[in-house]
Amino acid sequence: MVETLLFSRLQFALNISFHILFPTITIALCWFLLFFKIQHNRTGDEVWLRAYRFWVKIFALSFALGVVSGITMSFQFGTNWPGFMEVVGNIAGPLLGYEVLTAFFLEATFLGVMLFGMDRVSPRVHTFATAMVALGTTASAFWILSLNSWMQTPTGFEMRDGVAYPLDWFAIIFNPSLPYRLSHMLIASGLTASFLVAGISAYRMIKGDHKKAPKLALKTAVIAAALLTPLQVFIGDLHGLNTLEHQPQKIAAIEGAWETKKGLPLVLFALPDEGSRENHFEIAIPNIASLILTHDFKGEVKGLNEFEGEHPPVAPLFFGFRIMVGMGMLMLASAWLGAFYIARKKEMPNWLLKVFVGMSFSGWIATLAGWYVTEIGRQPYLVSGVLKTEDAVTTVPIENIATSFTLYLITYVALLAAYIHTLFRMARKSVYIEEINHTPYQELPLTKSHELEEGEALSNKAIGGAQ
Amino acid sequence: MNEMTWIIAAFAGLMALAVLVYAILDGYDLGVGMLLPMKGNPKDRNTMIASIGPFWDANETWLVLAVGLLLIAFPPAYNLVLKELYLPATFMLIGLILRGVAFDFRAKVALDYKDIWDGIFKFGSGLTAFMQGYMLGQYVVGFENTVLTQAFSILSGLCVMAAYGYIGANWLVMKTEGELQKNAAKWARRCGLLCFVGVVAVCVVNPLVNPFVFDNWFQLPNSLLWFHIPVISLLLFIVNDRLLKRVPMRDDHSCWIPFVGTAGIFFLCFQGLLYSFYPYAIPGKMTLVEAASAPESLQFILIGAVIVVPIILAYTAFSYRVFWGKATDLKYY
Repeated sequence: MVETLLFSRLQFALNISFHILFPTITIALCWFLLFFKIQHNRTGDEVWLRAYRFWVKIFALSFALGVVSGITMSFQFGTNWPGFMEVVGNIAGPLLGYEVLTAFFLEATFLGVMLFGMDRVSPRVHTFATAMVALGTTASAFWILSLNSWMQTPTGFEMRDGVAYPLDWFAIIFNPSLPYRLSHMLIASGLTASFLVAGISAYRMIKGDHKKAPKLALKTAVIAAALLTPLQVFIGDLHGLNTLEHQPQKIAAIEGAWETKKGLPLVLFALPDEGSRENHFEIAIPNIASLILTHDFKGEVKGLNEFEGEHPPVAPLFFGFRIMVGMGMLMLASAWLGAFYIARKKEMPNWLLKVFVGMSFSGWIATLAGWYVTEIGRQPYLVSGVLKTEDAVTTVPIENIATSFTLYLITYVALLAAYIHTLFRMARKSVYIEEINHTPYQELPLTKSHELEEGEALSNKAIGGAQ
Repeated sequence: MNEMTWIIAAFAGLMALAVLVYAILDGYDLGVGMLLPMKGNPKDRNTMIASIGPFWDANETWLVLAVGLLLIAFPPAYNLVLKELYLPATFMLIGLILRGVAFDFRAKVALDYKDIWDGIFKFGSGLTAFMQGYMLGQYVVGFENTVLTQAFSILSGLCVMAAYGYIGANWLVMKTEGELQKNAAKWARRCGLLCFVGVVAVCVVNPLVNPFVFDNWFQLPNSLLWFHIPVISLLLFIVNDRLLKRVPMRDDHSCWIPFVGTAGIFFLCFQGLLYSFYPYAIPGKMTLVEAASAPESLQFILIGAVIVVPIILAYTAFSYRVFWGKATDLKYY
């Protein structure tokens, strides 16, 4: 039974960790693509379209990985966590249902037009399709984060015979932690996509790509990152305050604070020890944690000992949080440095390009670390105060779970390697591809006759527009 | 029926719709994947994949909707099904993952890897189809685990593979031309025969293993209600076969009929299944009413579904209209 719980948790962590990598890219990358597309429509400059064409391929690949790993998620609740649907199914079900209805179909259907339809529809319709995909991915993030936030800070329901029944859907959907978690995640996606675009573009330039498109993409991404990093710090702070209000035990674990204190020190490094309930090798700055959390040097912060037996494991939260923040600092520094060079010198030095290549996947690390903090921080509960994780787990034989876990692990490791390999391979390949101007509607005669008339009219308009 | 509220009936209907649409839509693209010729002209492979490129993603979303509706409306059934089918569901998901990503990787890698990804695409498609059929078989026999029920489930798996191959080949007859179309017609006739044998076999075994199915089928006046199903299905099989024999036809006349005919056969078989198992959510184990979740949750999601499903159908139609006609090579931009 203990093994079933352990393997089920490992498998869920594996699946969700692999899955989140790709939506984190695609949610924001699609808005980048929409921006490129609108800029092209507006200015008629072909370079925007070249940037679009390169990144839409990476978008398609990332999207496919997100879709297939997402399908797996919709089966996981039943295969490994039947207790989840038994107890809170009345709440989780509709939220997941709305995600499928309002987001999945929108993005999946318009994706076809967005990826393969540029020659078949007018530029305006194509831009519209791109916008619908962007809207779909963001709507999807909204619903899933609503459910996740409800699991952290449940409101708007009552328990009858051990089952949750909805009372107020507005309170359920817009539960107390949703605004902060949603903005935090959307900006995290913005940063992940920015650093990916910047990193791959910088890589192309280092490999000798002197075309305009990678420079433009790099510039767009660095400026976006420079704007988003301070915003993320601000939102992150608000999110922390919200967590302090609703899940103080999570904050205590993050801070490595065992005793309730007025004037809590900010622990920079320590080895938290849950056995002896103390920190070893602690390096701390007095009063700063209180200042951050209560905006007062002498503010009181509850320690872990107030929640003994009911608080999450300390070490993963303590270190996960520091990895996230550390990565955020690196992002802030590199983005602002990049923005400075773009504003003042117009060109980036080679060493800075290399820094951006190194930072290509920094968003992934920060996002994963942050999610581990918030999800492990909910333990021992699956739904805070309502359902414990150990009470929701399946009774499927351990051999089956070990088999599925191994299969997923092998598949995901192979796919991740293939994904990263392919990304850089595409970047190298693009260095040697000549800049060709896109000539829309040349292939119209291939489409069927009933569309020809409409198509010709559009084609003329497009040629007129390009001149 | 009187104890079953209209809202549970609405959800059962909606779920049935989602499963049927899924079987037809993802059925054809899984079928095309399975039929991918690993030898011969590689250009054919590109055309075949191009014919499903803009659609496969949305097609798979119907599976998520179907599973989602099961999860929302009938949570105990969802839990029981996935517990009993833990391993086949895992294998199916691995199959879906492999084919989904292979589709995108193949377009972006050097030629020497392309064959590998195509192989993975074919394998993943076949694995997914087989596991879906196997799971259907297990569901029909109420998850009994004997040599006989296992054999039946494997038969059901092969039958679904043949059915998907059949609709996939007919999709190609509709969407391609020339030599490839001729080959597709050949594949379609073979898969059609296998599919026909499979359907007959399932029809024989199903009432034998489930006594209540036997009663549903062979008690007058009930049996008059479903009498049209085998008759029209048989007719469609025959019409399709005769048309496929004559492909390519002049001006590509009626190249779409076999595909629509196959969709019709899917519809009828599905109707037969529903008819067999009503009012059970899980045959012989759990009725729809027993499995339904709280009415306030169902109402909340139903409002959304009533508004959104027509919109989904509308833009799905729009997408098919954009890519109307014969498949051309896919270009990303």
